[in-house]
Amino acid sequence: MSDSPSASPTAPALLYCHCQYAQVLPPEVKAAVLRHLCERELPFEAVADLCELSARRDPSLKRLASAGPIKIAACFPRAVKWLFAAAEAPLAQATTEVLNLRTRSADEIVASLASGELHPNLPEGKVSPDDAPKPREAGPSAPDPS
Amino acid sequence: MALTDRSLRVVLYEGSGANPLDADLRLAAMNALLERGFAVTRAGAGRPLAPADDAPLLVLGRWAEGRPPSVEADAKVRWGSPDPATVADQAEAARAEFAAPAPGAWKPWFPVIDYDRCTNCMQCLSFCLFGVYGVDDGKRIQVQNNDHCKTNCPACSRVCPEAAIMFPKYKAGPINGDVVSDSDLNREKMKIDISALLGGDVYSLLRDRSERARSRFSKERDSDKALAERQKCLTKLAALAGDIPAEVLMSLPSPEEISRKAAEAAAKAEAARAAQAAPNA
Repeated sequence: MSDSPSASPTAPALLYCHCQYAQVLPPEVKAAVLRHLCERELPFEAVADLCELSARRDPSLKRLASAGPIKIAACFPRAVKWLFAAAEAPLAQATTEVLNLRTRSADEIVASLASGELHPNLPEGKVSPDDAPKPREAGPSAPDPS
Repeated sequence: MALTDRSLRVVLYEGSGANPLDADLRLAAMNALLERGFAVTRAGAGRPLAPADDAPLLVLGRWAEGRPPSVEADAKVRWGSPDPATVADQAEAARAEFAAPAPGAWKPWFPVIDYDRCTNCMQCLSFCLFGVYGVDDGKRIQVQNNDHCKTNCPACSRVCPEAAIMFPKYKAGPINGDVVSDSDLNREKMKIDISALLGGDVYSLLRDRSERARSRFSKERDSDKALAERQKCLTKLAALAGDIPAEVLMSLPSPEEISRKAAEAAAKAEAARAAQAAPNA
């Protein structure tokens, strides 16, 4: 089964973060963006919470980071860059655009998602995410539900 | 369960062999799944998706021939209906069947280091009493036990002289990942003096108040009144310590334990600094 048999190879992939475990994204922005994605005939990826995936070093972040050109509707580009890096899934500087749901309007986000153009905006720095220290072999200890 | 086990991936499938979904139904199903913590792929035409991997799949669709495509018997795939009323329960059943990690077991509050800014000064390692930080084989600071972090407490980010520690779910910048400005670096709150902290100013204040409170509570017969007093005391402490949550102050170890942990953390940081400075480190 192919996920997207006739997808255009040039358009960026789309990833939406629902930031499920905090109330820091304006709910009306989240609702409008998700509605737009669902109303358009666009394939996309949605995750409940990027922070949770990063904390768990979930392998799905590597899958998402390897999608090629990608637009990520989430929060601040600096945070998104290092959340992926912390999971050993560095995003490509030249082909990643982060749309900040915390600061931009729903209309701006929707317009950008609808556009096939990509405006890479990960912060440039003295190191690449590849340079971040690698997690210990044993990985983190199990989360404490308490 | 290893923390790197693959999570269940739910696919809303509308490609070949399936009928398209109504937009409202698609949105309702998507919301139901996201709010239960699942990752969802809406498959279709027009844009590429991230490549497939070997994560277990739950594929939801309205199949054109009334039944889903056939797959290999050992494939980690289950099929289901996109009915919004049942999608979350279907996903939970598939997750349990594949023994995939359960989402939402822990509020993901932990420090994220911006290595573009980090100078490896070890102040965070020296400061944190809860063992969140450590160093890698190359003696670089890293977050090793993110689940030890105290929910909603951004204290370590305030001792970082470079504003390199982010908590993406924090309310304000630059701790939330917003761009760091010169004024942020100069702001008084950002410049908590680590030596003052470890030397005892804040910790000793906390300890003294905690001891006085304990002493007072030990004489209290009315537990409700004692709790009210404690909360009042902690509210004052939280105000003094900035935005450190009362729950964190409540969970501070005993004075002896604080001293021991602070000494351990300082020793770890000093060892890491010494190793950095050594010519063949």
